[in-house]
Order: sequence, then C-alpha cells, then structure tokens
Amino acid sequence: MSSDIILKVENLGKQYRLGLVGTGTISHDINRWWSRIRGKEDPYLKVGEANVRSEKGNSEYVWAIKNINFEVKRGEVLGIIGKNGAGKSTLLKILSKVTSPTEGLVKTNGRIASLLEVGTGFHPEMTGRENIYLNGAILGMTKSEINKKIDEIIDFSGCLRYIDTPVKRYSSGMRVRLAFAVAAFLEPDILVVDEVLAVGDAEFQKKAIGKMQDISTSDGRTVLFVSHNMESMARLCERGILLNHGKIEYTGKINDVIDYYLSNNLEFRSIFTEDDLEENCFVKSVALTNKKGESTSNFKFNDTIFLSFEVLKKEEDNKDYNLSLAIVNPNNVVILSSSFSDANDFNIDKGLNTFTVDISGNMLNKGDYKVRLFFYSNTDRKTIQRIDCLNFKVNEIGFYKNAQVRRALIIPKLNWVKV
Amino acid sequence: MKTAEERWLYTISSKKKLIDFNFKEIWRYRDLLFLFVKRDIITLYKQTILGPLWYLIQPLFTSLIFTLIFNNLADIPTGNGVPNFLFNLAGITAWNYFKECLVGTSDTFKKNENIFGKVYFPRVIMPMSVVVSNLLKFGIQLLVLTGLYIYYVYFSPITYTIAPGLNIVSFPLFVVLMALLGLGLGMIVSSMTTKYRDLTFLVQFGVQLLMYGSAVMYPMSYFRDKLPNYYWLIEWNPIAIIVESFRVIILGDGSLDINKTIYAIIISCMIFLLGLVIFNKTEKSFIDTI
Repeated sequence: MSSDIILKVENLGKQYRLGLVGTGTISHDINRWWSRIRGKEDPYLKVGEANVRSEKGNSEYVWAIKNINFEVKRGEVLGIIGKNGAGKSTLLKILSKVTSPTEGLVKTNGRIASLLEVGTGFHPEMTGRENIYLNGAILGMTKSEINKKIDEIIDFSGCLRYIDTPVKRYSSGMRVRLAFAVAAFLEPDILVVDEVLAVGDAEFQKKAIGKMQDISTSDGRTVLFVSHNMESMARLCERGILLNHGKIEYTGKINDVIDYYLSNNLEFRSIFTEDDLEENCFVKSVALTNKKGESTSNFKFNDTIFLSFEVLKKEEDNKDYNLSLAIVNPNNVVILSSSFSDANDFNIDKGLNTFTVDISGNMLNKGDYKVRLFFYSNTDRKTIQRIDCLNFKVNEIGFYKNAQVRRALIIPKLNWVKV
Repeated sequence: MKTAEERWLYTISSKKKLIDFNFKEIWRYRDLLFLFVKRDIITLYKQTILGPLWYLIQPLFTSLIFTLIFNNLADIPTGNGVPNFLFNLAGITAWNYFKECLVGTSDTFKKNENIFGKVYFPRVIMPMSVVVSNLLKFGIQLLVLTGLYIYYVYFSPITYTIAPGLNIVSFPLFVVLMALLGLGLGMIVSSMTTKYRDLTFLVQFGVQLLMYGSAVMYPMSYFRDKLPNYYWLIEWNPIAIIVESFRVIILGDGSLDINKTIYAIIISCMIFLLGLVIFNKTEKSFIDTI
C-alpha cells in the first residue's frame, strides 16, 4: 500500500562549497548566472566529490549528501545512523526545511516539525512560562494549542517551581527539560529528532525515550531519529538507514543496520612511522579486531577485544624492551594494565614482530575507552612511546541481566557457586 | 504517471519560484509574530533603571539639539507659526520609525542565524515582528508629540497657529508607507548581507547620511530655495516625501502634494515587493553561506 507512505525522498543531493566565502564567491556567482542566462546547467554542479572528511580533495565543492532515496511509512520510526560528517544533519536540515536541497525532491503528506537541538529560541530574560509559549510557537504551535497543554508541559518538564523565574537562572539541565517538554507536546505528523536525548539526567532520558515511543506507537506519528546512542536507537526504531560519506550505505531492520555499522566503523588502527620518532625499535602499529578478525572499534559487551601490536626493529641491538598497554576511561582512570612480560619473556627480533593480546568480554562496563600504549627500553631506562593511540567503545548489547544498573568500572562474570 | 497515490501535501525541491509566498502559512504562524513582539518589548529595557522612558528621552533630546543647531544656530526656518521644537520632533518621530524598521530588519538573517539554522518557520515573521514592535514604540513617541502639541497650542505664551487639517485622515497611509519602505529596504539589505557583509557597514553610516537627505530638520521648500541644483535628490527621495507629508498633515502647514504622494506609494510598494522576493529567495539557502 503506497498510500501509507508519508514521506518520500527522491534523488536528494546537497552541495556545499568548502573554504571561505570570499573574493572568489562573486566570480562564481556571476559565472553561474551567466550560464543560466544561456540556458545551460550550473557549471559547478558537475564538479564536486563525495564527502570524505579526512582526505584532501581536489575540488572546492563537495556533496554533503547525494542520491538519497528512501520512503517512510506512517507511524514508522526510522533511525538514521552514521559517523560524524556522514550527512545525517544535512539530511534532517533539508527535511525540516532549514535549507533547501541542491537537487532532488522530498514529498510529504504531513506536517514536519523538527527538534534539532532543543532550547534554541529560548530567551534568557523571559520566564519559563513565557518561553514555553515562544518556543512552542517557533515550533509551529498556536497559542490556543499551547494554552490547552501548558499544564501538561510544565508537569512533564518537572520545573513547576521555577516556571515564573527567568530562564537565565535555570541550570542547563532544566533548560533542556523545559525545551524537550515543549517539543514533546508538539503534534506534527512527522517529528524529526536529532541527538536531543544525549543531555539530561538518566531519569529524564528514560522519560524522554518513553515519550518518543508513545508518540509513535499510540499516536501513530512518524519519527525520524538521529543518534549516536545505539541502545536507544535499537529500542526506538524499527528500521534504519546507514549513511556514509553522504550516501546510503545500508538500509534494513534496525538491528542489522546497527550490527553493520558497529563492525565497519571508526578508526581501529593507529600507525606510527619512522618519521615520528627516530628510534631503532618502536611500535609501528596498533590495531583492534573482533574475534572474527575484522577490524572494528565498537564492541558488544560480551565480545572479546583483540589488540595487535606491530613492533619494528631496524638493527639488532641486544636491548631489552617492554611493551605494555593500559585501558583508560574518559576520566583518565586506568582500568587495567598489562605487559607482555607478564606472560612470557618475548624477544624482539630484527624486522617486524607482531604481538597480540585479548581482553575478554563480559568485563568492561559499557562506555568509551582509550588504549594507552607504553613502550619502554629497560636497558636505556627510556620511554620510547607513551601514547593514547586508539579509542574503542563497549556498548550494552550483550549485557547480562541487570547489568544496566551496575555502576562499577568492570563488571566481570565471576564464578558464583552454591555449596 | 499521475495516479491517486502520487498526491502529496507539499514537496521540497531545489526549484526556486520567483514569488513563492505562502500567506496561509504566515497566517498560521501569526501567534509567533505577536510572541516575538512581546519578547522584543519586555526584554528590551530589562535591567535598565529608566526602562521605557528611553523611548521618550531619545527623540526629545535629539529634537532639542536639532532646534539648537539647525534653527537657533543655522537659522533654518520652520514655516509660518510652527514652533521649531515641534517641527523637529515631528520629523524625528517619523524618521525614527522608518530608521528603526530599516536597521532592525537589516540584520535579520545574521542575528537569527542560530534559530533559523535549527527550526523552520516562515522567516518573514521575524522582520515583520520588528516592524510591529517598532510601531508600538512609534505610538509612544506619537503620544509625546501630541502632549507637546497640546502644550504649544493651549499653554504656550506665544500663540501658534498650528492645527491638523482634514488631510489628517491620510495619517495611517504614511505610517504604512514608512513601514513598507523600511521593511523592504531592510529585507533587501539583510538578504545581501548573508553573502556580502560589506552592506552592514553601508547601512551603518548610510542611514545617518540618508537622514540629512530626508528633510528631517528642514522643510523641502527651504532646500529648493537654497540649493536648487541638488533639489532633485530630495524631491524624488520617497522617505523625504513621506517625512514632509507627515509633518504637513500633523502641523497643518502647507498642503499635500498628491502626485508626489502617489509616487511615494508606488516606490514604497515596489521596494517592499522587491524586498519580499529577494528575502524569499535568500531564506531557502542562506544558512549555507552566512
């Protein structure tokens, strides 16, 4: 039934010009205008490359997104996943009419409202109540609609006591609560949500996710959801789209998309060259892989994390080296450390040596971690390398029961026995 | 392939129509307009001691200075039986409304970049709200003008022969013209500044210069007598015509020039429509260039 389709995106593309808007701009504008007069197509549309952030390109023009095609059914919750700069926000901006596409079409059968970063449009000098009205109106509600819902909104925000105080006296968390509360009571046919749940405390996040689920299930409204939080993604969405370099790389059931994304993502290899350090012996590369040997930096809770180190020794020098690693959390707490001499007295031979180590699953709590490399010459008593070389993430998928609530840094599966 | 299921509520595309103005949508957002006005008014003088009194201080003192410099020092006549101070105050009140509309709307895109980049609503609501909130300010200044008017007519030791004529009925017309002209120019400038910031500087001093060319502190007839070679500059300046007409109908000194009034109406409407078209064209993609 195609009549159920509420949003259809056809061949959507958006081109950006890189660099500064400066003296070149006017000449490009004139060139464009001149070719339009002659009835030719825009000369700058033909140029432009796919959007790869880290590589140096030849063209000033890039396509932030290109050839995007998808359909959304009424009442569906669609998740949009992608790395930073994959084009997610550009897509949402086009859908919410903040900017117009360079080519292609978006067809909709409903009102679209966006929730791109809550709290824009709050005026610090006005009270919470005044800001609810203003923010609601900015998002497209009429005054009478807000009048009907004001009590619910205040209640949902949990800021009743401060509601007649200027917003500039609010804590940042309270601002977010208030802003989300306004948006949550919007009644568009299609709601576009970008990364809003990342803020607020745990209780509020839970409330917000619950509200979003309500919106889609009981009210039958369509939600387009962008987040880097795979866990809330998996809970909220049915279908997902994976964007990579401005193109749809994968689309399907949300869990398949997440799996695909997690196993094909992020930097999982760190390389040092001889130019970086003038040493006879040093660690050349560090890589993260999963148990299938695939490079990744995103691990499920129960995955074993494999690290491999390549150590290059240019000339035989009969020196004694030590290679160790530490896993560090974002607060710089060293969670574990280990050295290759713990297991064995390894020799580093002339040429390339590879060492691997595995960190068993069911241990590190969910979160972001850094791999700290430590390479030391025992003979010279000299640190050759001490560097945080890789980042990886452990997510909640594969948690055992009740692991959610554990606050500990490591939550290993210990051997419990009934005697 | 026009089948039933191909019916869409609306589409978003890269095509830009010249005039693509959705009045229904603007009407739907009318509450937003008034909330913006309310925001402007209640937040403008927060944390000031004199508060809304600033609305009065500024025109009164400007008129005082003008009277000292232009009338007492430079001896510019202000017409038969018209108090200098009142003459200046009337000119400044009219000019201020135009100026505030122009300056207030000329940085619409830049000032609201943050919010425009996040949410969609008809962008034109923003400059419109500036015009409406300035209207309130204009109203307050008009009250002051009326107060002083009454003073000069009834309580002043010298008798003045000022009284508004029948043509006072055209007063709202001139207010609308000032708003249209200010809004139109402001929208043009704000659209251009998204790409070329040069115009911001132009507006800053251009407005000051324009005041001298807009018959604010002298009657047009005086300029014609003194500098007949440059008179065309003032004669065909729509804002000068509006300011002069405003004074004529309020002070009842002289008569309205119908041809020039029609000319001012045409120019104001044209500038407003042009501004609307340019603004509308800009709002679709300005966020990429600002």
